Amino acid sequence: MRLSNNPTGHISITGVSKYFGRHKALDNISLELEPGSVTVILGPSGSGKSTLLRAINHLERVDEGFIQIDGDYIGYRLAGDKLYELKEKEILRQRVNVGYVFQNFNLFPHLTVLENLIEAPIAHKQLNRKQAIEQAYQLLDVVGLRNKADAWSRHLSGGQQQRIAIARALALRPRVMLFDEPTSALDPELVGEVLDVIKKLARSGTTLVVVTHEIGFAREVADNVVFMVDGKIVEQGSSDEVLNHPQHSRTRQFLSKVL
Amino acid sequence: MTTPSTIKVVPARYPLRTLGAFVALFVLAIVVQSVAFNPRWEWSVFARWFFDPVILEGLVQTLLLTLIGTVLSVIFGGLLALARLSSSWLLNSLAWSYIWLFRSLPLIVVLIILYNFSYLYDTLSIGIPFTQISWGSYQTINVLGQFSTAVVGLTLVQSAYTAEIIRGGFLGVDHGQYEAAAALGLPAWRRTVRIILPQALRTILPSGFNEIISLAKGTSMVYVLAMPELFYTIQMIYNRTQEVIPLLMVGAVWYLVITSVLSLIQHLVERWLARSERRSAINQQSPARNVSRQPTLQTQETAHAPVQ
Repeated sequence: MRLSNNPTGHISITGVSKYFGRHKALDNISLELEPGSVTVILGPSGSGKSTLLRAINHLERVDEGFIQIDGDYIGYRLAGDKLYELKEKEILRQRVNVGYVFQNFNLFPHLTVLENLIEAPIAHKQLNRKQAIEQAYQLLDVVGLRNKADAWSRHLSGGQQQRIAIARALALRPRVMLFDEPTSALDPELVGEVLDVIKKLARSGTTLVVVTHEIGFAREVADNVVFMVDGKIVEQGSSDEVLNHPQHSRTRQFLSKVL
Repeated sequence: MTTPSTIKVVPARYPLRTLGAFVALFVLAIVVQSVAFNPRWEWSVFARWFFDPVILEGLVQTLLLTLIGTVLSVIFGGLLALARLSSSWLLNSLAWSYIWLFRSLPLIVVLIILYNFSYLYDTLSIGIPFTQISWGSYQTINVLGQFSTAVVGLTLVQSAYTAEIIRGGFLGVDHGQYEAAAALGLPAWRRTVRIILPQALRTILPSGFNEIISLAKGTSMVYVLAMPELFYTIQMIYNRTQEVIPLLMVGAVWYLVITSVLSLIQHLVERWLARSERRSAINQQSPARNVSRQPTLQTQETAHAPVQ
């Protein structure tokens, strides 16, 4: 099945900074991510990887700079030469284009797996109930969990929950998918099944941005690897460049610890 | 080596619990004996009045007050809670002030002030202030009769408490649920009603039912309005007949019945809400385990095995 509406999903990040009190969580970040590309963001904890990811979905407001997806400013509307801040309602509508997968899955525990998957498309009137259910079964096939449609999310293993969470994010057919440490909360033997699903998406035309510590996954799937420390981008390039021939000593130090 | 099927499992025993049960039964027997065989309890009077139409009429009034008070205070309290949680400072501080005011005032004071409202304002009118436009004008004394004063007073006070309980429930829902709903772009109303509220209910209900139960008993406070609900009816009767204790027992037992029914409803609602939590393998409390049986092992495996 086609997972995205059109081969778009260009992310452009220009001079983004974010403060938490006096702490600078993001420091003048600029990045261009091509449509359909797979980007892995690496870095020690506290380096601002997750904050950057959350900013792309406007779960976190940035203090300086801009983020654009296919030319649309995230959280703002351009009219003439002025940027108008969007109201909450419009921000919610903007998020339809961006899927987000959390470290802790955050499935809705009071709904069954199927209800989790049809909630958003129905809420946004993209699909009627019947179509949404049909699509939900297709998505369950993608993540290999068709037989769990009527289960409560609590009764699934962590790996299964995360695969359902990915399917739920895909249900809005986003142009961009963001993964915030999708395997960090999982038992080691369950990591593979989740990464396999993400790999499947990698060549589907959706732009993927993955924050992870799985270097093997980055090597295998990523087009770009971005290495961050203290809210700054230290190094970026193809996975071969960054992972096999790192230029910066901080990158080498990090890789030697993780590998 | 012994094979699993030959090992015998002996359940743990608690001899002190058995002893405690005997002591409790003994105390219960003493209480029953003293209540049943002391003639001054006058159980025959109790039996005569228990289903008396006058008492039942009072009971209906009490139930009506409880029902209307609950419904109105849940609606109004829910709105107050949402106002308290909203990002608008105006709504937030208005709701805070309301809750501050009506949690500070005793119910009985609110009731008496309302009952004397006609002293402050002779008429209540609907219209546009500072102009001559008016769509209707009513004598305060006709609008705020005994029943409506009771309903308004109970609702005003009750909704302040209900609002805080509902707010607490909303705050108790995992923050990740708000984020997940936000990431899916669910509209605010749908997020509140479909995602957050059902989960908040699990914490709201126990204290919410506490409030409903104290409201059911709190309705007895409206006796100050001389409104013939259950307690006032009973007072009127025993003032005439002087059979104080048996008539109070009539009231006590009816309040017990109301509370028991409410508790039963609470139990059923909570069980229904917990349906997504129940896991047949864990929640069935089986005192002794089945030795060398496969099924328990198998369910665990299917829960964790990756499905191809």
